[in-house]
Amino acid sequence: MAHEISHDQAHDPSNVVNPEHGEHHLVTPAQYSMVFGTLLLFTGLTVVAAYIDLGALNPVIALGIASFKAVVVILFFMHVKYQSRLVKLTVGAGFFTFIVLITMTLLDYMSRAWGMW
Amino acid sequence: MANTVAHTNPLDKVDHLEKLMPHESIINEEGEHVVLPQHRHHFETEEQQREAGSFGMWLFLLTEIMFFGGMFFAYLLYRNWYYPAFAVASNQLSVPLGTLNTAILITSGFCMALGVWAAEVRKKNVLVWMLILTTVFGVAFIGVKADEYHEKWENHHIPGASFSTAQFTNPAAYGIKEQPLAPDMAQKTEIYFFLYFAMTGMHALHMIIGIGLLFWLTWRAHRGEFSSGYVAPIENFGLYWHFVDIVWLFLFPLLYLINRHLPK
Repeated sequence: MAHEISHDQAHDPSNVVNPEHGEHHLVTPAQYSMVFGTLLLFTGLTVVAAYIDLGALNPVIALGIASFKAVVVILFFMHVKYQSRLVKLTVGAGFFTFIVLITMTLLDYMSRAWGMW
Repeated sequence: MANTVAHTNPLDKVDHLEKLMPHESIINEEGEHVVLPQHRHHFETEEQQREAGSFGMWLFLLTEIMFFGGMFFAYLLYRNWYYPAFAVASNQLSVPLGTLNTAILITSGFCMALGVWAAEVRKKNVLVWMLILTTVFGVAFIGVKADEYHEKWENHHIPGASFSTAQFTNPAAYGIKEQPLAPDMAQKTEIYFFLYFAMTGMHALHMIIGIGLLFWLTWRAHRGEFSSGYVAPIENFGLYWHFVDIVWLFLFPLLYLINRHLPK
């Protein structure tokens, strides 16, 4: 992985030859096929799970499966697994900020209508 | 090594050579430094340019997360407030069509991923065919969506003046096996359908924009612009297309699968 830094990269104090030492890695069609199969499998799984009464767990499982599929797409189809730390951090920061905004707005709505739902 | 590039940068000569065909190379006087013209002079190396491109594309996608995020939040809030209306209205969507469309979209994304691979390994024909397949599956998705919208039109489930709650206040009259909703709760189904059309509509608009871009990229790929080492447009479009896929991966369970396990 990123530890395989070649000789000239190791002497790159201004970090311009290969910024953050992001590797240029090719995902093979075989790997893409496995990702494709995984996504189809979990699509079927989420439909089956929706027809089973699991109470409060139904939406949790539905969102869990959707999040898993999204992570698989981001890591492999969008190559984030093989990108530099800068891009990884950017993606992570985006989703983190999104979660923060959702949580804070939800807290506001919930606390204003406390006990009235 | 890298620090000396700035002094003898062969790319200083690019400015007056910009009319070169994109896949032709520039060779400086010494004839030793071959650089592709898509490498802009303000980047030290192609890796740096590539990194900057990916970073910029991801920043754009983050604004897209926030854009769709607002609608996802509205959904979350109203679903919790008016859960009975959301559950019954959601059951009016077709799970087979939704599942089919999810599979179609994943297949389209798979073709796009293979297209990026084909551009990287410089297989022009594979790239063109993968872009065509990506487009075909994208159009198929829009077609299924249009069919679903039409069914909502016929049932007066499109929010607005002709919206009707009749199927929710008196489901038995329409052969629907649901518990009837009280009129005030039945009115809230309009909020569900408003969010349904807003979210799937904005998603479909992104698909339509993407399909337009795909025509353009397919034409350029056919001319051989992306099969000689210049893959940034294909790669960045791929990021956009996969992002649109991800939005649907959340829309499908949230809109179609709210309450399929009705108490008997």
